[in-house]
Order: sequence, then structure tokens, then C-alpha cells
Amino acid sequence: MALDVIFSSMEQGLVYGIMALGVYLTFRILDFPDLTVDGSFPLGAAVTAKLIVSGVDPVLATLVAIVIGALAGVITGLLNTKLKITGLLSGILTMTALYSINLRIMGRANIPLLNQETILTKLKAIGLNGEWQAGIFFLVLILALKFLVDWFLHTELGLALRATGDNKQMIRSLGVNTDFMIILGLALSNSLVALSGSLVAQYQGFADVGMGIGMIIIGLASVIIGEVVFSDRIITLATISVIGGSLLYRLAITAALRLGFAPTDLKIVTALLVVIALGAPTLKKELDFSFLSKSST
Amino acid sequence: MLRLKGVRKVFNQGTINENIALKGLDLELATGDFVTIIGSNGAGKSTLLNSIAGSFGIDAGKIVIDELDVTGKPDYKRAGLIGRVFQDPLQGTAASMTIEENLAMAAVRGKKRGLKIGVNKERRAEFKEYLSLLGLGLEDRLTDKVGLLSGGQRQSLTLLMATIAKPKVLLLDEHTAALDPKTAEQVIQLTKKIVVKNNLTVLMVTHDLNQALNMGNRTIMMDSGEIVLDIKNPARKHMTVDDLLDKFAQKKGKELMNDRILLAQ
Ligand SMILES: Nc1ncnc2c1ncn2[C@@H]1O[C@H](COP(=O)(O)OP(=O)(O)O)[C@@H](O)[C@H]1O
Ligand SMILES: [Mg+2]
Repeated sequence: MALDVIFSSMEQGLVYGIMALGVYLTFRILDFPDLTVDGSFPLGAAVTAKLIVSGVDPVLATLVAIVIGALAGVITGLLNTKLKITGLLSGILTMTALYSINLRIMGRANIPLLNQETILTKLKAIGLNGEWQAGIFFLVLILALKFLVDWFLHTELGLALRATGDNKQMIRSLGVNTDFMIILGLALSNSLVALSGSLVAQYQGFADVGMGIGMIIIGLASVIIGEVVFSDRIITLATISVIGGSLLYRLAITAALRLGFAPTDLKIVTALLVVIALGAPTLKKELDFSFLSKSST
Repeated sequence: MLRLKGVRKVFNQGTINENIALKGLDLELATGDFVTIIGSNGAGKSTLLNSIAGSFGIDAGKIVIDELDVTGKPDYKRAGLIGRVFQDPLQGTAASMTIEENLAMAAVRGKKRGLKIGVNKERRAEFKEYLSLLGLGLEDRLTDKVGLLSGGQRQSLTLLMATIAKPKVLLLDEHTAALDPKTAEQVIQLTKKIVVKNNLTVLMVTHDLNQALNMGNRTIMMDSGEIVLDIKNPARKHMTVDDLLDKFAQKKGKELMNDRILLAQ
């Protein structure tokens, strides 16, 4: 692969890695299979794009996307905790509703951001120039977010969040309102997802209502690849593994494209990656088993 | 300290499975009371403890802890008053978190949790000291995940977690029933030690009648959602298990027998 191709897949790995960090928070920390992601990712993009073309400063537009993303998580959390709808369905409901909302926000299916001021063009203005600028910015940002997540998960509130995903009855008996923790976790997760969507829109130069399709699987793929290839023994390792997983995922996708897969085939490639990563432990056991029974006869 | 008045709990009300688990129960404990609770399976012992802890709402009656009416409060809102150890060793701890993190969560039981780091130097030193009380060597394994511990170690840790922020009432629901006899005995000794050290008010469910008479200062027996015997010191001092069974038979006109109680003798 040419160096510039690898480089651009690294940039993507970093910017989508922010989304994967969000997915890690729900799927792994909170043990909540949150499918809101497919809606909150384009939500972040839609909000940012609409604000930018309306003349709002891109930094502010990005911050607003983060807050709106958190709100999407809150809605899923309320559906789950107050109306007692299952977690899976709560996320699907929010995600479905968000499709209409995103279209409403944008007013059409696609908003181009070419020739608009974005966070990335702003970097140029402060002297961060050249082809490295986006990559370096994303790298610094995702590392900062990683440390923020690490720190939070070790605070009293963060411990309660982790315990909510581990043993609800126990942490309730220690005085924690688990409903609140679920809502908080979903809000944090989806604010990261929306931030990722916002940055992707600014990076690729457009927001599109369909850009969230399959996002949850990409996030999961990153989390799981990270766990399989690296380590999830402690939080600080787990979060860096998620980022590594996101980078590896992008490299795999780039390789798939090089191998002649059409871009439209990437969803099935991603799905297969997740199947392999999830199925690997079981498959390995099966194989070991047949090996054992063979050697014993 | 703890006052229950007319506490009634009905499961599956209005269905064919309707089950009155507590039939207007009255109970009063003074500070420092250590009450053991016995009774056959399904007598309502766990339901009584769950009602006090607020695991579910009750259908009638009133529960007051330390002059505070907690009747309508959900479990997490009264957690500051109550320490709890469940029967299942897996229930009282978070397996994916470390020993020190579990203790840190317990240390702020019932308090507001903020953005302070959960485990700091001072806390760690404090936890080490607490853990050495167990004599299990856990003080050198602060950063081990709790999932690595044995059932007995986990139950001992849970006991420590239930009492580290001194509760008004300690609820123990057959907390040694899932352990092998030797480990169970260790946890019982630890229970005695912690209760005395902190002068706690305790409700302990047990199916071991000897234990029920040997521990604490008062024993109540439950049957079909009611308290059928309430034996206090000094009468309790000279009581044997046989006396207890006789008393029950007199009272109810039937034998108190079930497999678990038979086995425990
Ligand atoms: N969550 C529940 N739902 C329905 N019935 C319950 C529930 N918990 C307990 N019961 C019933 O209430 C009665 C008392 O149970 P319990 O308090 O667990 O008895 P024990 O004295 O053995 O601890 C039993 O008949 C039991 O089947
Ligand atoms: Mg019980």
C-alpha cells in the first residue's frame, strides 16, 4: 500500500476511534447494547454542518454537536429506565427517530462543507499546516479524550458507572441510583459519538443523512479487534486498545478495497470481521476439541 | 433503632399466584441488638430483609430506621443506613473491578459521589488496614479483580464493604449458606468480630439453629409471613435447639422441619 493511503486510513482510524470510545463505554463499561450510535453519529454531523453553513463558528458548532449527542443518549436512557423498554429496542427507537430529525436539521439529505471554515481549516490559521495537520489534530484529541475517559472511570462517579454495568443490585445497595447512571453513561457515550460524526463531516467535507448506517458495527469491530489484538486487562489499556482497534479496522478496510472489494461491499466485510472476532474464541474451542478427540483415538 | 409496624407484603396480588409473604409484621430493635432469624423455607425471612432494605415497596405498614421513616424510599435512597450481605457471594461485589475499587465504592455508601478519584493514597492505607482484619492476605492484593477471589474471600470482602461506612442496621441473609463448612465458620467468626468492633445493630437470617441461639442476644422464628417466636435474653441463654423445636410445635401445632434445618443439625 502506498504511504499516503496508509496515512489517510490512520486519520480515519483516529477520528472514528472517538466513536469507538463511545461504543466501548456503553457495550463494555455499562453492558448496554446501545444502537443509538447509528443515529447520533449523523446527528453530530448534521448539527455541525447546519450550524457551519449558517455562519456559526466551527468550534462552537462542534461543541453544540457534543451536547445534542448527549441528549440523544439521554432519550435512549429515559426510554429504557423510565418506560422499561429493553436497552436494545430503546436504542433502535431513538436511532430511527433521529433519521427524521437529522433530515429536519439539515433540510436536505446532504450538506457540503467545501469552502466553508471548519475546525481543520482553523488549524491552518493557527499555523498547523501541511498534510499532517488533520492526523496530528485527531491524534492529540483522541489521546486527550482517552485520558479524560480513563480519569472519569476512576472517579467515585465513574466507579459507580462501572459497577452499574457489572452488578446493579450491589451498587444500588451502596446507594447509587442505577437509572441515573445508565442515563449518564449513554449521554457520555453518545456525546463522543456525535463529536466523531461532527469531525468526520468537517474532515470529509460534507454531512450526509446516511453516514451513520452500520456505524455501530464499525464501533464494535474496533472495540473487539482491540480486545483480541491488544489487552483489556485494565481500563487504561482497554481504552488505548479501542483506539488501536479502530486503526487496525481502517487498515483492514483499506486492504479490502485494495483487494478489489467495492466500497459497497465494506459493510459485509465489517460484519464478517466482527463475526470472526466474536466467534473466534468459540471456534477455537471447537477446533481444540476435535484435535483432542482425534489424538485420543 | 429499627421499627416495623404492620408490614405487609403481597407478591403477585390479584393473580392465582397471589402470595402473602408478610402478614402485618411488627418488630422493634434497640441499638446494638443482634437478632437471629430462623424459619422454614418460604417463611418470609428474605422478604423481611428485602422490605427493610427497600428492594421493593411494601403493601402496608411502616418502616422506621433511626427515627427516619423510610417506608416509601427506594433501596438506593436508604442505603446510607443499611449494610447488606446476600446469600450468593457473587451478589455483593463487582467482579470486574478491583478489591480496592469495591471498597472505595462501599466507603462512600449512601453519600453523594462526585469527581474525586475513588482510590487515593489515604484510602488505600485505610483499606489495607481493614483487609488485614480478615487475615486472608487480601491486603496485598488490592489491585486484583474481585472475580479472582474464592466464594469465602468474596463474602468476607462483602462483609467488610457492608460495614466500612458504619451502617445503622446490618442485614445478613444466610450469608454463609453457600460456603463450605470451614469457610462458613471463618466468616461467622469475622461477623462476630466486626459486629462487636462497630457495635452494630444486626438482623441475621440463618438455617443453623445452634448458630441462631449462640449468636446475638435475641432470636425470632418466622412462619408463613409471621413472627411466631421471639426469644430474648435471659430466657434464651439456657435454651437448646430441642427447646426451640418444642416451642415451635406447641405454638403452631406442627413440626418445624425441613431438609435444610434437619441437615444443619
Ligand atoms: N420476588 C418474588 N416474587 C414472588 N414471590 C416471591 C418473591 N420473593 C419471595 N416470594 C415468595 O414469598 C414467600 C417468602 O419468601 P422468602 O422471603 O424468600 O422466604 P425465606 O424465608 O425462605 O427467605 C415465598 O412463598 C416465596 O415464594
Ligand atoms: Mg431466604
